[in-house]
Amino acid sequence: MHKRLLNRRIGTEGTLLSILMLLCVVLALATDSFLTFQNLFDLLNNQSVNIIFAVGLVVVLIAGGIDISFAVAASVVQYVVLSLLMNYLGGGNWLLGILLSMLVGMLLGLFNALLIHRFRIVSIIVTIGTFNLFFGLLMYFTSGVSIYDIPDWLYYSVPLLDLPAERGSATLYLPAAVMVVMVILTWFILARTGFGRAIYGFGSNPESARRSGVSVWKIHAFAYGWLGLCAGVAGLMQAHIVQEVVPNALIGQELPILAAVVLGGATLGGGRGSVLGAVLGVLLLAVVQNGLNLLGVTPYAFRMIVGLIILIAITTSNLGNLLPRTTKARNV
Amino acid sequence: MGDIAIRARHVSKIFGQSRVLDDVEFELRRGEVLCLAGENGCGKSTLIKIINGVYTPEEGVELSFGDETLSAISPIEARNRGIHVIWQDLALFPHLTVAENIVFDDYVAKPWRPISYKDALTQSREIIQQFGLDLDPMARVEDLSIAHRQLVAICRVLRAGASIIFMDEPTASLTYKEVQTLLGITRSLAAKGISIVLISHRLVEVLEVCQRVTVLRNGKLVGTYPTEGMTQARLSTLMTGLELEFTPRAETHKGAPVLELKNLSREGEFENVSFTLHRGEILGLTGLLGAGRTEIAHTIFGMTQPTSGQLLKEGQPLALRSNRDAVRHRIAYLSEDRLNLGLVQNQSINMNTAVTVLPRLEKPRFFLSPQRIKALTAHWIEQLKTKVSDPELAVSSLSGGNQQRIALAKWLATEPDVLILDCPTIGVDVGAKAGIFDIIRNLADQGMAIILISDEAGEIWMNADRALVLREGRIYSEVIPAETTEEALEAIINA
Repeated sequence: MHKRLLNRRIGTEGTLLSILMLLCVVLALATDSFLTFQNLFDLLNNQSVNIIFAVGLVVVLIAGGIDISFAVAASVVQYVVLSLLMNYLGGGNWLLGILLSMLVGMLLGLFNALLIHRFRIVSIIVTIGTFNLFFGLLMYFTSGVSIYDIPDWLYYSVPLLDLPAERGSATLYLPAAVMVVMVILTWFILARTGFGRAIYGFGSNPESARRSGVSVWKIHAFAYGWLGLCAGVAGLMQAHIVQEVVPNALIGQELPILAAVVLGGATLGGGRGSVLGAVLGVLLLAVVQNGLNLLGVTPYAFRMIVGLIILIAITTSNLGNLLPRTTKARNV
Repeated sequence: MGDIAIRARHVSKIFGQSRVLDDVEFELRRGEVLCLAGENGCGKSTLIKIINGVYTPEEGVELSFGDETLSAISPIEARNRGIHVIWQDLALFPHLTVAENIVFDDYVAKPWRPISYKDALTQSREIIQQFGLDLDPMARVEDLSIAHRQLVAICRVLRAGASIIFMDEPTASLTYKEVQTLLGITRSLAAKGISIVLISHRLVEVLEVCQRVTVLRNGKLVGTYPTEGMTQARLSTLMTGLELEFTPRAETHKGAPVLELKNLSREGEFENVSFTLHRGEILGLTGLLGAGRTEIAHTIFGMTQPTSGQLLKEGQPLALRSNRDAVRHRIAYLSEDRLNLGLVQNQSINMNTAVTVLPRLEKPRFFLSPQRIKALTAHWIEQLKTKVSDPELAVSSLSGGNQQRIALAKWLATEPDVLILDCPTIGVDVGAKAGIFDIIRNLADQGMAIILISDEAGEIWMNADRALVLREGRIYSEVIPAETTEEALEAIINA
């Protein structure tokens, strides 16, 4: 009973945050380089793309769906947007680039939503289909050729904050700021608007939501459209960071991000999860990797350790559901 | 009280060829608790949906709300007039808090207005206090009991300004105490001028709390009667049109002992339960929900293991490790949860009947023989007088009573010596109940030993040769129905 009360007060986010802090303290003591601005800024710069994906994905999971096409959708956005900009719009600028990426990403997401809603197909099947479709079209039209010729505004990194550090300087770049904006926007919609709460309600019990007058199409369109929009933004940021567009750069990212979001408390059943949880889930996995790296553990062990963490986290959070059968019976 | 909240006259509804409602009249007074009674398919839900604007009735209808008379109503108009329905599934959001569930309609009405959890909390507290309910607005609905969830649903419609509440089977899965609390709440709502329509299968409760009862049968109005002086027997007759028997089983038909429990205990569930079950006997196992009835059945059926004591079958001690062991020893258990556990709803009637005896239906070995499955199902459909148009159809296409017969057939196919029936009439109409009990009595007459679990005193009284009343996991009293009255048995159960 005590454990239950505690669990409820702290929640998944609190548990994750404590583990993350603990991990940071351990790493700060065990290595010289972890607790430096340089390392922490690198971590944020590198994870901003994943976090943008994650906050988009958490919306879909809360609404009771799933999407595995978002990473390849982001690659499609990179190609479509850059081709449009370079061939027809004379290179464009940041504003145009971001708006176009959002638009194309959202359209791809709406395509998923349309199939799921109109034809009542389970979201995982639809997005396995669109995952292959998007990636197939991309490879077919590009023949696997990368784009190296990208506009100047996208090529040169945009420093936001520069701090002197031991070796050179520690710099925080634009993607981190974009990430913060997307996190706050998504959080606001989910936690502070009626529509956001209706998404939780729909994920929790679709039939009740429908009967309360919630428009199922609006929920589907928003969830998948918002993930598409986030994927578009993330795609542009990824191209900006690596200064090129490679067709298979993002494929394969969907599962680790899904795992991180689930680690952050979202479930495949819907109704659960939060933006904070999703962000912490990504950060926790990133810090673990970063720490292993700094400790000199072979990179071949990363995947294995990440897999173990996810399995342990999910088994322990489910233990509570498995054990108290007898106490439940007595409560009746 | 004479004030009229709704008067609906000449209500008819035709779906395709069938006339679901035929010139029905319905009247609800302000501040009244009315019962709408009738068997499944009598048109109750259609009537509710017409009054709520979900269905459009046939022409000629008059819907009057005190001052105004309309010929049709839309769902929004119905809400504006304070008409709300709490369906049996409650339509709540398990992952959200009580407060958010109560204010959820605001979220839908104004989706882009920033929300305040504090307001939601104070507003729900107000509603909860105003009606004197016991609810924590911060709790998550998934952590609440069904009874408390019901209160959340009530708060939700009250906040939406309900003055007329239809409650669909609100007592179906509540314990006796919870039912009493709920009925108390309906009374106090009525006292505040809110009109309540209860739709319930449990006739006892209906008679206790309602002032009047409106009975429908086959889409026609049978009549509206005051509950004063109404008996259960008369109400069943009105609902079914049949004169049903209300007498206990004539005599005891004991044969040789089959199953013996000696001081059987399972920690946290039941203690020192001892009884002997004989061939041809129907042993009633009753008591309030949570008294340990189902738990004992699970242990006899090998699904849980006793912590101490002995289970003997025909004098031989049994150590059952699983329900497979129990089936091998010819013990069968019909679950109380027919919908989820008893039948695989979307599989065919054939497969549902055959599932317990698949090895017997192989020909050649390892290959199921469709002929054998069909023969088996046909045999039991005939034996149990089940109404089936095509045994290849999904079992979900059958009515509650016929589904229960298939669930029974599945266990009878194992040729059990001991048959445990856990609340076999849940969700079954009054008329169909009688049919199921006929089958059970016949099985006992043929020598099967039957344990009948039920929380309805009437069912036990009419069908059991002997009844054991459980309380908090112990046998509290043994009653011979033929030597006592139904009311006396009810009093012992609820004492």
